[in-house]
Amino acid sequence: MSQPNPIAGEAHEPPPGGLAALVANLKALPQTLKRSLVRHGPPVTDRARSEAVTQNFFLHIHSARVHRWSLRPSFTLGLGLIAFFSFVILAVTGVLLMFYYKPTTALAYDSIKEIHFMVPAGRIIRNMHRWAAHLMVASVILHMVRVFFTASYKGGRQFNWVLGILLWVLTMALSYTGYLLPWDQLGYWAMVIGTNIATSIREVTDALGITRYFDPGAYMQAALVGGRVLGDEALIRFNMIHCILLPLLTAVFIGVHFWRIRKDGGLSRPPDADAVLGPPPEDCRPVFTQEPKKTYGLMALVRGKSPAVGRGPENTLPSWPHLFYAEATVLMVTVVFLLAWAFLQDAPLKEPANPLVPENPAKAPWYFLGLQELVSYSAFMGGIGIPTVALLGLALVPYLDREQTVSGRWFGGSAREKRIALVSAAFGLTAVLGLETFAIAFGWLRNWFPDIPQIAVILFNPGTVLTAVYMLWSLLVAHRTGSTRLGAVGLFTCFLAGFLVLTIIAVWFRGPNWVFYWWPTLWPTH
Amino acid sequence: MSVSTDPPVKRRDFLGLTALGSFLAAVAASVGGMLSLAFPRAFPEPSRRYKIGLANDFRVGEVRRPEGRNVFIFHRPEGFVAISAVCTHLGCIVNQAPPGFVCPCHGSRFDPNGKVLQGPAPSPLPWYEISLAPDGQLQVDESRTVSAGTYFQA
Repeated sequence: MSQPNPIAGEAHEPPPGGLAALVANLKALPQTLKRSLVRHGPPVTDRARSEAVTQNFFLHIHSARVHRWSLRPSFTLGLGLIAFFSFVILAVTGVLLMFYYKPTTALAYDSIKEIHFMVPAGRIIRNMHRWAAHLMVASVILHMVRVFFTASYKGGRQFNWVLGILLWVLTMALSYTGYLLPWDQLGYWAMVIGTNIATSIREVTDALGITRYFDPGAYMQAALVGGRVLGDEALIRFNMIHCILLPLLTAVFIGVHFWRIRKDGGLSRPPDADAVLGPPPEDCRPVFTQEPKKTYGLMALVRGKSPAVGRGPENTLPSWPHLFYAEATVLMVTVVFLLAWAFLQDAPLKEPANPLVPENPAKAPWYFLGLQELVSYSAFMGGIGIPTVALLGLALVPYLDREQTVSGRWFGGSAREKRIALVSAAFGLTAVLGLETFAIAFGWLRNWFPDIPQIAVILFNPGTVLTAVYMLWSLLVAHRTGSTRLGAVGLFTCFLAGFLVLTIIAVWFRGPNWVFYWWPTLWPTH
Repeated sequence: MSVSTDPPVKRRDFLGLTALGSFLAAVAASVGGMLSLAFPRAFPEPSRRYKIGLANDFRVGEVRRPEGRNVFIFHRPEGFVAISAVCTHLGCIVNQAPPGFVCPCHGSRFDPNGKVLQGPAPSPLPWYEISLAPDGQLQVDESRTVSAGTYFQA
């Protein structure tokens, strides 16, 4: 732009040279500094509001205007933002914890105790770090549920769904790698189990009798643990992965995830969003696309649909302040919630790690307990096989279901889709509860045929049967309804039901030796 | 017989492919080199061969857990046995409980010889080789397994 910025108002006479100029520049310093910091005038006009976004490094990942549909809390529930803000809180509290944390087996436990009992504010910082990790996992999962049931993976957003799945995996990995660091009984045995799951491909190579020639499990073990037993090598590796590698990857992919929202035209919305919302409110100047001269040149060009000519006013509001109010609200609620949680409940810290005596029962954090339940049938299938199939299936959903259905509305606003989801939920719950009840009451293959080859148990166990049943159900739904979207709804709902039930069973109904108990008070004491 | 003057690959394409190939080879070599850092040549761990005491110090029927080692030493009427205490499922430490060994993590059960009776453990608890050290003590070598039922007579 060759024209001087009219808002900045640089209309002074050029000052004389030499010392006088220096004095004049010094006098003007507060003004000139402020102008280079805030490049737009007070955001009272629509133009200044747009510039507040586009000319700010930190804000310009937002579009200058946001559709009113995206601002409805009942649509997004703010879940993606909660996940992102949890990540920010985790990064801040994590850096603070690193001031005191010492990643060696001899000092780690004591340094956590020091943080908890000696360091000013250390208890709150550590508690917030732990609870923010739980909140991030929960909000990422619920965000995925929201995106799925509003069919928001459609219409050019396929790849962003895949990125979302990747971010979910990174979130779980971050949470998991942080778990070992206190070097207490809880983390130590969760890590023993976890690293052994990573090496459990050996279960398959053993069953096939090829471990002597080809042992990928040993490579996994060498790379993760740096030895055969968890020790200093493993601790410092997990510390590096947790504090540097995964946060960097996550931050980069969060950036790409947000960038794609922009490039895919903002959040999804149904075609009749404008009609449903009605005319824009009086106090905001709507953007008319009938007069091309008045469109905003800085508006992001949206893939697929160029700025429509000859349409009515767009139902968008300036991001400043409307979107930022919403974001700030979510941020404040998240921080207050975590602060309150951190004040009320301490993050767990068990006895120092004892490599000779495991916890009984040794339970992973809740979001891994569904997997641990599957692992109690087969290490490889529960820990690697089924999760891989589930993640691949989830990631491919947008490519296997390419129907042009309404996106941006819960269940596409269709009673049929809602009914299919309900029926699938009932089916998914019945299947997982039935299989678990059967396995708990009657045992599984090895109880009946003690000498059965291991490969049979790997291929045929409650976990694999459940996965197969869910897949068949989804195929059946797709076939009967003639709709891949409804098939996907069936599969996703079943997946959620299975995840939920397995997690609940493992959290509350598994006691010592992983035996089923109705209530923890029934656990044998010794 | 007409000889085609067109080369099968154009010079420019050939050079381009060569450049691409060497670029990919360089990337693969450097990534592989960096990744190899994660695989130590030797594992930092105590020796897997250790002494457990004189045979005469063990009464028949006695069970011992050598200090800091995840192994059970049995002196049975048939001889000495060293059975691993590490569950073959996911590495938890099994307890001695009826019917033989029980894993607290995922409920695998083994008979007194380490054979899987129930649960997800994919293979029996291994028996380690026991031998006589030159100073007369028994020594266990965790890097060598023997088939179940192989007893060491002191």
